[in-house]
Amino acid sequence: MDKMILLKDDLSKFITELLKKNKVFAPIQSDDTILFDQITRPSEMNLDFCKSEIPPKNLLFHQTETLFKFTPGTKAKIESVDVDEKKVIFGIRPCDAKSIAILDHAFKGDYEDPYFLSRRDNTALVGLSCNKPEINCFCTSFDDSPASSKYVDILLTDIGDKYYVEMNNEKGKQLTEGMSNLFKHAKESDAKKKKEVEKKAVDMISRHQKTNGIVEKLDKIFENPFWKEVAFKCVGCGTCTYLCPTCHCFDIQDESTLTKGARVRVWDTCMNPEYTLQASGYNPRPARTNRVKNRIYHKYNYYPKNFDVIACVGCGRCIDLCPVNIDIIDVVTRAGEVKA
Amino acid sequence: MKENPYQPWLATIEDVREEVGGKRPIKTFKLKFQDKNVQNNFTFLPGQCAMVSLLGMGECFFAISSSPTKKGYIEVSVMKLGKVTTALHESETGDVVGVRGPYGNYFDVEGWKGKNLVFIGGGIGQAPLRSLINYIVDNRKNYGKLDVIYGARSSKDLSYKQEFDELEKRKDVNVHLSIDVEEDGWKKFVGFVPDNLLKVKPSPNNSIAITCGPPIMIKFVIQNLEKLGYTEDQIFTTLEMRMKCGIGKCGRCNIGNLYVCKDGPVFSYKQLKNIYGER
Repeated sequence: MDKMILLKDDLSKFITELLKKNKVFAPIQSDDTILFDQITRPSEMNLDFCKSEIPPKNLLFHQTETLFKFTPGTKAKIESVDVDEKKVIFGIRPCDAKSIAILDHAFKGDYEDPYFLSRRDNTALVGLSCNKPEINCFCTSFDDSPASSKYVDILLTDIGDKYYVEMNNEKGKQLTEGMSNLFKHAKESDAKKKKEVEKKAVDMISRHQKTNGIVEKLDKIFENPFWKEVAFKCVGCGTCTYLCPTCHCFDIQDESTLTKGARVRVWDTCMNPEYTLQASGYNPRPARTNRVKNRIYHKYNYYPKNFDVIACVGCGRCIDLCPVNIDIIDVVTRAGEVKA
Repeated sequence: MKENPYQPWLATIEDVREEVGGKRPIKTFKLKFQDKNVQNNFTFLPGQCAMVSLLGMGECFFAISSSPTKKGYIEVSVMKLGKVTTALHESETGDVVGVRGPYGNYFDVEGWKGKNLVFIGGGIGQAPLRSLINYIVDNRKNYGKLDVIYGARSSKDLSYKQEFDELEKRKDVNVHLSIDVEEDGWKKFVGFVPDNLLKVKPSPNNSIAITCGPPIMIKFVIQNLEKLGYTEDQIFTTLEMRMKCGIGKCGRCNIGNLYVCKDGPVFSYKQLKNIYGER
């Protein structure tokens, strides 16, 4: 793994080089919100943030996407759509990069999801360490760090007047081919500086979730009245799921006129009662308690059972933006303490 | 792009048969894939399902109700309830649908060879059992005694009437039909399916019981099977949930960490007892 240095003054040049061969998506300011969108110039970026309010998940798993087009009727035809396009996501935080690795499990398996996985193959992740975690950040609860390079192809860490650059794999190297003039080999002192910056960021994380034994514990408290108390204030808005970087549930709908149409996939939320409502009128998850519980269990019990990883990265967005202050750090920690 | 499990193959409706009329009608659709290779490669076992769609209206997950021993087509039996099923009921012979699958697991027809089989169905729940029963009957010599217990609200609500007439003529299959409420001219059992089961009293020795129907029926059928001495690994059922993808990704059909579409829809009572989750 090559360790390099990129001078801050050269960042624009690096982005300009990337733009020559790739579509580049980076954090931008849109009204009051930081989100990831395509940029055409380095100056469009805004790197002064902790986490984008909207995670970059939508670049790989689109909020709305056409699965295929069709002609309805007796002369029906189906027309595939192409999703292969080279893309770079620049400035993705380690927590959001981890969420993509978590999503891989859901979209791989017996049936491979060609939309997500094609984009995934064609997307390079250039991460940016998080130097100023915020109040609800808790990535360290999952043995990860705000400067983890595990889930990106290249990681940049701001170490003052320059970036410490970790080339993680072939994909990262290929991406920077022909840019050797921009990158210099890092010195021991640079590596030391990165460690210091990382430690400082880790120390800024003040909240911790207790996840030890949580999978087994949840097995024992499914019927516990604790969940009724947790769900009592939920208004079922679904913000937590729409802003969660690991939530992946979706709906499929047809949009059609008499002569042409498309089958469309859109994000869905398990917080919505219609999500599980059957045509007969029967609903296996009729109450908000069922639905809130499903969200927690999906992340902390079902996903670990199926894929051996907790489906939470500790970004804290669901806590930041919940209108009634449901706090997943608190809920899971308390679940661990409930008497089974 | 990679192979696409979301994209259906086109199939033509070869025949539409009305099974049940009235307020909750059921029709059986015979579907033939337009592409011969697709038709030949579409192999399945009883219990498996398919996503059937009317382009422009949407998709639904149905148990394949025909037996894999009947080649060259598949059938699905559909109760008219929601948007897609209502549109399907308005479809005619010659109309085109999308089909993808087969999905899910299946009844253990290999493992059950040599065993006595008891089928207990109610209403539209007979659809997956029909595939299994016809498969077993077409491979009759491999299995022991066969009891088919089936009931509906009234005689008009019984599906697959012609096939039951044929089955009743056979000496190697015992058919036990019932209706919930008395009717003029009905000489068979009157009462709920679980009660008919107690009356038929199939022996648990070397037997497997397979049940499908409304949740309340399944609950009492299982209770009564246990009364008759059946153990939890002798009882099987097949479930359904609201589904969108059919391949374990869209999230909604889970019971605990299992997806009914992918890890089911066939479950033993033993399995169901050991997983928690809303159902």
